[in-house]
Amino acid sequence: MADQVSRKSKAQLDAEFADLYRAHLRDVYSYSYYRVGDHHDAEDLTEQTFLQAYRHFERAQRESNGRPLRPWLIRIAHNLAANLYRDRSRRPASPIDDSTNLTAPHTTEQLVEGRDELSRVLDGVRKLPDDRREALIMRFALGMDNREIARALGRSDGATKVLIHRAIKQLEEIVGDQEQLPASSAEQSPAGASQSHTREEGSEHD
Amino acid sequence: MTEAASSLEGLLREALAPIEPPAALAERLESTLTSITEMAADELESWELSAMRDPRNWVRPAAAVVAGSAAGSALLLLRARRRAHEQAGGLDALRDAAERALRDLSRETRKLLDER
Repeated sequence: MADQVSRKSKAQLDAEFADLYRAHLRDVYSYSYYRVGDHHDAEDLTEQTFLQAYRHFERAQRESNGRPLRPWLIRIAHNLAANLYRDRSRRPASPIDDSTNLTAPHTTEQLVEGRDELSRVLDGVRKLPDDRREALIMRFALGMDNREIARALGRSDGATKVLIHRAIKQLEEIVGDQEQLPASSAEQSPAGASQSHTREEGSEHD
Repeated sequence: MTEAASSLEGLLREALAPIEPPAALAERLESTLTSITEMAADELESWELSAMRDPRNWVRPAAAVVAGSAAGSALLLLRARRRAHEQAGGLDALRDAAERALRDLSRETRKLLDER
């Protein structure tokens, strides 16, 4: 009997995880793609995120007190992406890693191709510091509200609001600068490289 | 909010449009999750912790853990092989792919064993 209860509970958990997976596969993939900027890595990241989520699903449900689990999922992806960059920085690129650079441009990039404004915005997003870029991806690609983003990033609601405000302000400046640059010198800037930024104490971080 | 910021937010929504995951990814991920659920859960879930006091009982759950990990890692190996072929790198690339897959298998197994 106890076994039956346990099995029913397991079946229910699996069904609920399947719902979570179906509801958020696109979110996790979109986040991963915009975070790592590569099709293969985004697939790996998405796969690892859901495998890890499956392992800890029961505990996450218990601790969420009924709150949505999307921020938890995105936080897993965020941590895995950080690990990916950390591991890559420790070893030289292997032939397999190099192959990730050969992938065809994604349809989204094809979509913005020819639309200078959107291209400039995407370039600008890539140049933002990691935390600001992530906040914008969560807000605009995933449609998360401040509270969800705060949970995903492990910050307070207030700090998240400031973070997003500053991210947009910095992006405005970057895009404005790009508009003023002649095309030739704009092309020389390292797209995708994150700029370091000076943190303003006690504001975005708490 | 300024007009410029508002217009920038509109552009951001367009530039960061959600991306549909490739069908192959969904297929592979569902298959992995199904395999892990079916192959390992039956063995692990019904296992009483008390039975684990006897080392003679360690073999079955350990095998189930490895089976569950193998399901995920087999897919990782397949993907690594696919990449290796795309790269047309020959033996070196295949060796790297196998090493990566073994590392993945070992990591997954370690995690599962730690959690059980």
